[in-house]
Order: sequence, then structure tokens, then C-alpha cells
Amino acid sequence: MATATNYIGQPTSRVDGTAKVTGAAKYAAEYNVPDLTYGYVVSSEIAKGKITKLDTREALAIPGVLQIFTHENRPNLAWFDSSYKDDIAPPGSPFRPLYDAEVKYSGQPIALVVAEEFEVARYAASLVRVEYAPKPHETDLNEKREEAYEPPKKRSGIPPPAKPRGDAERAFDNAAVQHEAEYRHAIEHHNPMEMHASTVVWEGNGKITVYDKTQGAQNSQGYVAGIFGFKQDDVRVISSYIGGAFGSGLRPQYQLFLAVLAARELKRSVRVTLTRQQMFTFGYRPDTIQRLALGATADGTLEAFMHDALANTSQFEDFQEDDVNWSGLLYKCANTKFTYKLAQLDLYTPIDMRAPGGATGMYAIEAAMDELAYKTGVDPIELRLKNYSEKDQNKDKPYSSKELRECYRQAAEKFGWSKRTSEPRSMRDGKELVGWGMATGIWEAFQQKASAKATLGLDGKLEVGSATTDIGTGTYTIMTQIAAETLGIPIDDVTFKLGDSTLPTSPVEGGSWTASSIGSAVKVVCDAVGEKLFKIAQEMDGYSFADVDYKDVAFSQGKLRLKRDASHAVPIVDVMRYGKINAIEEEATSSPNYLKQNGYSSYAHSAVFVEVKVDEELGMIRVTRAVNAVAGGRILNPKTARSQVLGGVVWGISMALHEETYTDHNLGRFMNHNLAEYHVPVNADIHDIEVIFVEEHDEIVNPIGAKGLGEIGIVGTAAAVANAVYHATGKRVRDLPITIDKLL
Amino acid sequence: MSSNHSTHKAENSPRAHHDSSAIPAKTSITFKLNNRETTLEVAPWTTLLDALRERLDLTGTKKGCDHGQCGACTVLVDGVRINSCLTLAIMKDGAEITTIEGIEALSDGSGLHALQAAFIECDAFQCGYCTPGQICSAVGLMNEGKARTKDEIRELMSGNICRCGAYPNIVAAIEQAMNANNQPEGSNGR
Repeated sequence: MATATNYIGQPTSRVDGTAKVTGAAKYAAEYNVPDLTYGYVVSSEIAKGKITKLDTREALAIPGVLQIFTHENRPNLAWFDSSYKDDIAPPGSPFRPLYDAEVKYSGQPIALVVAEEFEVARYAASLVRVEYAPKPHETDLNEKREEAYEPPKKRSGIPPPAKPRGDAERAFDNAAVQHEAEYRHAIEHHNPMEMHASTVVWEGNGKITVYDKTQGAQNSQGYVAGIFGFKQDDVRVISSYIGGAFGSGLRPQYQLFLAVLAARELKRSVRVTLTRQQMFTFGYRPDTIQRLALGATADGTLEAFMHDALANTSQFEDFQEDDVNWSGLLYKCANTKFTYKLAQLDLYTPIDMRAPGGATGMYAIEAAMDELAYKTGVDPIELRLKNYSEKDQNKDKPYSSKELRECYRQAAEKFGWSKRTSEPRSMRDGKELVGWGMATGIWEAFQQKASAKATLGLDGKLEVGSATTDIGTGTYTIMTQIAAETLGIPIDDVTFKLGDSTLPTSPVEGGSWTASSIGSAVKVVCDAVGEKLFKIAQEMDGYSFADVDYKDVAFSQGKLRLKRDASHAVPIVDVMRYGKINAIEEEATSSPNYLKQNGYSSYAHSAVFVEVKVDEELGMIRVTRAVNAVAGGRILNPKTARSQVLGGVVWGISMALHEETYTDHNLGRFMNHNLAEYHVPVNADIHDIEVIFVEEHDEIVNPIGAKGLGEIGIVGTAAAVANAVYHATGKRVRDLPITIDKLL
Repeated sequence: MSSNHSTHKAENSPRAHHDSSAIPAKTSITFKLNNRETTLEVAPWTTLLDALRERLDLTGTKKGCDHGQCGACTVLVDGVRINSCLTLAIMKDGAEITTIEGIEALSDGSGLHALQAAFIECDAFQCGYCTPGQICSAVGLMNEGKARTKDEIRELMSGNICRCGAYPNIVAAIEQAMNANNQPEGSNGR
């Protein structure tokens, strides 16, 4: 029992590591239950119109085919939109699979073939004959600029553009230095390695267990229960392991609907796994056109900042993200104007993708700041420090903490920024042009209400659980660390359970809020167990706990101790024996402390520095070095935290140089719907990435003091790469990704 | 969206009628799978990947694209790394196959293979879905004995996509395992 139990802040290896390196970790499509059947989705061939004929006879004749579900034989389901609205649904009317003959986008699921074997279902799906009456479609955002509108109903949790300050137009017109330009990035698809899948186990008696790829087991549970008329308790959703999601699992996707539909009708267990091609038939990061107009004095002091974003959405929902508010948080400026508009295309609704809004907005802002730096001749870091904002101007609140200056300083020093010559094309390495660029990152530190339960046994083992998920972020590990440290129990004796809708309520895993929200709930519930132990210990003879309060004691190395005299200690197992209890079970909820937090704005910040080398003749770009200094509050686990930021930087590089979903506007269809043509970085694309965590103490943001790290790594990184490419080549490419054809 | 989904009108269909002969007959194959003789009845259209996952319940091997583009399905056949999604199971009659579930047995001692331990220690994964493929691929890489430098590891591991972006840690883990195995030096240069 002499093991040190101060785990928070330690580089603990993942507690689920062994399961993941041995193949034992089971993902949604890997529960091979008896008599399982397989569903294969048939996708629409046109972007818009009506299905006029759907002939399934040939497919149904194949031996082993059980049924083919289409809009023609779909059973009656929930009537109102509200039943189809999941926790994350934006305003509008959610898509209903197999609802009617209407085709709303290319790739829409129009039939599900269910067979005894996977290959049979796949083959039979190829025999479903479909005829359409197409209607004209529009998938090009450029063509819809004139029809852009401000979303009349705001999406919950997404702040609308901040109110204008001063007179931005006039200040811009009068500014000594002006920069105005349009920035754009392509539609991007999340493409987690695991394709979306649901295995629905028909338990009999009207009960189902669903192994679902989701970032919110309870979100999927509510969706299924609401649409199919199950009692909430009769639907259990399990998502123990998620093979990446990055936002794609925030809303229940159509494979869940189809698998449940088939299981309910056939009274059989059904698995539906999407193909990689079908991973391009639901949410994505929207195509976004941003206009930035910056006015400054000759020395670079900002006098006007205007940011207008136009993003695409679907014909049926108003997806919204926060693209335009970031400059009001980062840069002191008296005259600002921000707008955010949508245009409807004949595509599926976008969905949050890693740092939604932040990755988009900050790319444009930080690229524009770089352009202003060149126009004013001020060093890019100097320009940012000159305009550094000490408060959130959008809400007129101070920050609970903001160590961004230190991020700039530490990252610049590590990177060697002082050796940079600012002139474009002024640095080279052999026949490669060298470019150094930098940018700022920012992401809000959210906390959501969340619950957890804890059970401490007489064997000294602690089990803690909450219905959150771990999409690779390290939730299993950091929650185990928090629980083990709070009750002073060796980490090997602590198990954290998640990804099960029967566990205490948790929000979906997203927004970088899991560490703070679930972490706070875990701390609170473990303290509830601790207080129970303490109350018993107060009655024990030979100890002096009776004279003190709970705040005067602490747990470590399996013992309850006095803080002022740690040698005065009693093993917690002895306390339980004394109290004649076999187990202590507690459940608790942690909510944001609005009284404490309301006076402040809380954000994580970062400074990203990037080196690119560009082959002058071929235009090939390599990111040879990146340094990202992050101020994210308390770092719970430097090992998993570093991985999150590393991954974010890789995503930023990817956004800048690789990722682009090509749309054939003639067909209204995504063309590169596979991993060979939709480029994401491979190992050879990624070189040295250094992550620095800048010390930041924040007692206001939440009880854990952690700001969340899932998004911050990507924010700003794409701009840093783009700025480095400009520095290397003298060419300013304002539409991502920066591919060879745009450079030559 | 793929060519699987026919746009043919019924009357243009090359095969208007289907009977049970449309479903290929199954044949018996035997291979040595993770050191155990395994016999299986499979149809010719079943990939090695689907045979492992759906028929033999070896779900450690992952399906990430089914097109040989991502490497998540990497297994070792006769010591060589291959994409099991691009391989039909019947083609491997008589072969020796090692999946992630059999990697531990490749190391002489008990417990995890040096690569598995290094992946955990270096945090060379996040969601874990590409990990079995990465590890099998790295075993194959070490068998090949070609990679000496970080850049060579990066190049020769580029058939395995990691969407979480754990590449720097994957390279570090492989270097660590290579050094532990007394393989030729792999830590110089970039």
C-alpha cells in the first residue's frame, strides 16, 4: 500500500492501452451475437428528385435475403419532428431515413437489404433497381451567395455574432493601412478510421441492446426510444470503444435508425456498417467563405475589424457554428462588425467537426493578421502583442486566466523565431524554399452538467462510472486518475466505466468539455464517498478525526489522513470494517458554478509556429517542424494531453494542405469519397511536432482547473501553415487546401 | 455510391433472373491462424478480413475502408504484412496467418510483444482503431529489416493511416521496439 496515489498531472499510460494493442477492445461492429443478420445500405444516385420506381424483386429472390426496407414498406413511426431531434440537432426538420420517395441529397439511404450473411446483403443491394425523376439541384455555395440569410432560429449553445462596436465601416475607410480579402476552405469529412456502425441485439420482450458508434450513448438512446416507441429503459446503448469520431458521432447517424428499424421488424439482431463511401453521406465541415476587412494605423494598431462568414447548410436544417466572434476575444479593437449567414444547398446538414467554427474562423483571422503584419511591416508576434486583448470585448468580461503572452514567448523561443528574416523567399535550404509562419489558437473552456456514480468495496477496489464516451481522448485514463487521487487508492484498484446509457447522465463527448464536466462529477462523487468514510472514521477510537472537518483530511496511499499530520492515518478498509459496511455507493452531479463563473470568460489559448519547405520547381510542400505552446489550464495527464495536441496539429496541417471533398456540381455529388482520393496525412507527411504546455492556474473555470484540449491543437494551425507557405514562396493562397496547382 | 449500386434499369440488366446458383458455393480451407490449425467453409467472395471478423470472431483486425487504402486490416501472412481486405480467404488455404490476437505469441517471453508495450508507453494511439494494423505492419516492417532511420520508418509505415494523428508517437514506439530487439540502429537522422 505504499504506492504514491497522487496521479493527477502524471504521464500515466492509457488504462485501456492493453485492450487496444491486443485487439481486445471491441467497437460497435464487433459484437458477434448469435443469429446476427447483416444490413447493407443502398444509396441514392441523384442529388434531388423523386424515386419513381424501386424494384426489389431480383434482390429479394437471392437466397439468404430476409427483407429489403424502403420508404414503401417502412412501418409507421413517430410523426413529429421533435421525436427525431437529438440533443445536438440544429434548428429545422431532421432528416428521416426511408421517410418518402423524396431524395434530398446524393447518397441518401433509400433502402436497407438485410440478409443472413454480409456478402449476400452486399450482393443483393447491387440488384435493387431504382428509377428517379430528378429535379434541378444546387450544390455550389458560390451560386447561392445572393440567397444567403441570417439563421432566424439560433442553434442552442452557439453564440450569434457579437453586436457591432463603434463604426467599423468608417474606421476601415479612414485607416492608414487596410487589408481586405476573402478566405475559403473546402468541405471536409471527418473520416474516423472506424466506419459508422450499429449492432442491434434483439433481446426479446421488446428490449434491445445497441452497440453504437456514437459520442453520446444516451443521445442515441433517446433518439431510438423517441422514434420507435420503445420505453427508455428498454433501449440500452453501449459504446465502450469509439474508433475516432471528431464530431461525426455527435448526432445519431442513419445506420442506427436503419439497424433498429430492421431489428424491430424482423425480431432479429441486425448489424449495419456503412462503407467508406457512405461515410461521405452525412455530416461534414461546411464550405465557408469568409470576408475579412482589417484597418490599422501605420504601426499596426487595429482600428477596424470586420468578419463576415457565409457557410452552407442543408435544405432542412440550419446548422450553425461560431466562426466570427474570435477576434473580439483576441484583439483589442474599438470598431468591429461581425456577420454570419447561411445558404441552403442540396446536401446533407453539416455537423460539428473538430473545433467547429474555431478551426474555420481562426484560419481566416490569423491569415489576415499575417497579411496585415506584412502591410505594416510589423513582426507577426509583435502585431499580436500590440493588439493583445486583456478582456473578452464581446461580453465585456475579464478572463479567468489567459497565459497567451507566455505561449507566444515560449513557442517562439523553442522554434527559434528570432532567426527569421521576414522577407518572403528570403530563407532557403538547398533547392527548397523555407517558410516560417505563426498563428494564434483559442477555444472556449466549457463545463456542462454531468453525473457520476462510485462504488467502493471492502476489497479496497473502487468503480466509478458515467455515461460519457472516450473517442480516443483519454477519458478512461484521466477519470481513473482523478478518482484514484481523490480517494487515495492505487490506480490499479480503480475502474472507470463509460459508454453505457444505463450509467449516470452525461452530455455527449464534444467541445473539449469532457475533462472539465465529467472530471468534476467524478471528483464530486468520490468526495461524497470520502465524506461517508470520514463520518465513520470520526467515531473510531484511537483517532482524532472527531475534532476536525472533512476539509482537514485527505486520502492517500489507501488511507484517510489528517492534512496537518499525514502520519495520523487509518486505512479506508479498516474504516469500512468498523462501520460494518461492505460497500459505499454514491451518485452525484456537478454543475457549472454560475455564481463564480459568470463574471469571467474562460478560454484555452495557443501559439503555433510552423516551418515549411517548398520545392521551388515542383511546388511540393512539407511541414518539417511545428511547435505548439498551449495554455489549457491544469494538465491532468501530460502524456495523453500531448497526444491530443499532436493530433490537433496534424489536423491543422491536414486542413491547410490535404483535406478537400470535391463536389461535382453537375451531379451534385462528392467525387473523392474514399481514403485514396480524400487526402489525410500519412506517416511520411508528418515530421517533428513539439508540444509545450504553458503553466496556467485557474480556479474559476471549473473545480478541476482543466480547460480541455481536444480542439485547441487544430485551431490556428492551418493559418500558421498558410502563413509559412507565404513566407516561403511569396504567394498568398486564400483557399484551403494549398495544393501544388495553386502554388505553381 | 460505389459501382455496387447499379443504376441499370431492370430491362437492361445482364442477368434478369437469379436463383440459388447466384450465390457461390462454399469450399473448405485450412490455414494456420495464430499458430492453430483452422478449418473454415468459405465462399470465394469472402475476404480474409471478413472471414476473420465475421466468421472467426477475431475482431482485432479492423475494417477501415475495405479498399486497401487505409491499412487498418493489416495482418501477417507467412511473415509478410498484407491488407486482409484485398485478399480473398480461399487464396490463403495452407498459409500461416498472424493477426493482432497472435502477436503476443511472437515474442519469446510472456506478456506483450515489445511493439505492443512500446505503443502503450509512447502513447502511439488514441482511438485505437488503426492500432492492430499499425502493430502488425510494424512487425512486418521489422521482418523486412529495411528501415534504419526515422524517415524510412515514416515512409514504410505510410500504408497505415492514423486519423487521430499519432504518427510521431508511432515512429517513436517502433524505434523503441527496434532498439529493444537489437535491430540495426534506427534512431539517427530525420
